[in-house]
Amino acid sequence: MQSHIAVGLYNYWIVVFLMMAGFYIVVAQGNFIKKIVGLNVFQASVFLLYITLGKVRDGTAPIIGEGIQIYSNPLPHVLILTAIVVGVATTALGLALVVRINEAYGSIEEDEIHKQDSES
Amino acid sequence: MIADHFPALQIVIPLLCAPVCMLVRHKDWSWSVALIASWASLAISWELLLQVQASGVISYKLGNWAPPFGIEYRIDLINAFVLLIVSAIGAVVIPFARESVRHEFGLNRVYFFYTSYLLCLAGLLGVTITGDAFNLFVFLEISSLSSYVLIALGRNRRALVAAFQYLVMGTIGATFIVIGIGLLYAETGTLNMADLAKRLAAEPTSRTIGAAFGFLVVGISLKLALFPLHLWLPNAYAYAPSMVSAFLAATATKVAVYVLLRFLFTIFDVELSFGEMPLDTILLVLSVIAMFAASAVAIYQNNLKRMLAYSSIAQIGYMVLGISFANVNGLMACILHLFNHALMKGGMFLALGCIFYRISSVRLDSMAGMGRRMPLTAAAFLIGGLGLIGVPLTVGFISKWYLVLGAIDRGWWPVAVLILLSSLLAVVYVWRVVEVMYMRPVPDDAPEIEEVPPSMLIPTWILIGASVYFAIDTELTVGVANQAANFLLGNGR
Repeated sequence: MQSHIAVGLYNYWIVVFLMMAGFYIVVAQGNFIKKIVGLNVFQASVFLLYITLGKVRDGTAPIIGEGIQIYSNPLPHVLILTAIVVGVATTALGLALVVRINEAYGSIEEDEIHKQDSES
Repeated sequence: MIADHFPALQIVIPLLCAPVCMLVRHKDWSWSVALIASWASLAISWELLLQVQASGVISYKLGNWAPPFGIEYRIDLINAFVLLIVSAIGAVVIPFARESVRHEFGLNRVYFFYTSYLLCLAGLLGVTITGDAFNLFVFLEISSLSSYVLIALGRNRRALVAAFQYLVMGTIGATFIVIGIGLLYAETGTLNMADLAKRLAAEPTSRTIGAAFGFLVVGISLKLALFPLHLWLPNAYAYAPSMVSAFLAATATKVAVYVLLRFLFTIFDVELSFGEMPLDTILLVLSVIAMFAASAVAIYQNNLKRMLAYSSIAQIGYMVLGISFANVNGLMACILHLFNHALMKGGMFLALGCIFYRISSVRLDSMAGMGRRMPLTAAAFLIGGLGLIGVPLTVGFISKWYLVLGAIDRGWWPVAVLILLSSLLAVVYVWRVVEVMYMRPVPDDAPEIEEVPPSMLIPTWILIGASVYFAIDTELTVGVANQAANFLLGNGR
């Protein structure tokens, strides 16, 4: 069952890649919208991590029924539903702040805003 | 009986009053709702502390689902004490908010402010009371999201950028915490803190547990603004509305310190945190740098709110230093300083709020002669400043005393010397303000101003007065801190 193990690990490699990519975007980009996109990618990696943790090999959906012996753990999936909601709220608030920043400064570039702040 | 449900009501009252505030819309009504909710929270947390002192740990099953499957609210001495700190600060600042908020916002936005304030209060209390690791994350995000809103309500447009930066860093911190909790769940199959502690103690430290430990410590350190993860804090506190700076400075980072204590000592045990992981050295070095670097930067600030923000980073350094000692006196110093710093810093931010209310500036150069123009407010600021230095007869002295004792118990003499040296830096930044307030003459063109209304002055003096009172009558604070420290170290179990 080599292929199963490799498939199982694939998910974790994607988690690590998304996490690092998202984190890099947050740190490296000066544009506030891009920062929020990076933050979303970063959070999505954690969603995938939890979902992968809950998956049981050959398991079905956790429904009681005839002939169902092995089923995936529903708890991490439910937990991550909450985390997704939190992520959506964070994104919404972040975007609202970007709109306000754009109204106040006329720019959403970090450098430009710092320049305006140091001049005034 | 209703008293059995106090743990749930502690959260439910502010959480439900928040939408009520939103619906009533009227500025005085929404203020009254916020006032009732925060005073009810204070009464409940006081009652809970008495209950815990009388009969030990309270376990409340939410919705009557038995832990570890259901969510449990678990109140022991330490979180009962933190609940009291948070709700007491909330109850004191809300009367102050009425005039201050009216002055700082347009009238039509006032009810938004009270709504987010109540959500923030509910979130902070929830983080403190919960006995479930994932629930802790959810409450942490409730409090963080509402505090981003509160900070963004500041009048200066820089408040928006500060709130955005806080949002980005706070979300990264929270996501790190979720990763840590997820890894712990993967290893143990439980989320209940007491159950986690039991199962972690039973198995050897695997790489998963080590990774979870690292993610959690870094995530929580971001939330508590441990040097060098403090970058979000100075601007957030400097440009937030006065009342928000006072509330957040006195509660938000304190709750994060509590979460760190909870994870390091209750969930992981002391041997793992400080034996297998070299965390004591890391925390020691970072907190000492925080004490010196942040105090030194504070000296050069012209904006006094920013100065107090940097001073907060230094003071958080003292708390974390107490944790790094991992002995009874060190933890006592940490827990005492949670309380003491909340009083002093809350009081000082409120005093600055009073000054801002009259002269619309918190810059050092506009403080000339403030000791004569607003004598009571300036005196409050001065006493708070003496507390930050750690002068005897202020609460700052009590916490530093135990901190030095902790360093000596641990055999770290040089650290004790460093604690005293860093206090000298606090002397410098407090003296700068005192010199301008008391020694400089009132400028000739300065308009006549009177003291602020009593509704602002009394809350300021309650906090400052308490910071002197608890230096003289230390029975409550030192007693609770001692029991809590022994409990955390497992001596009192």
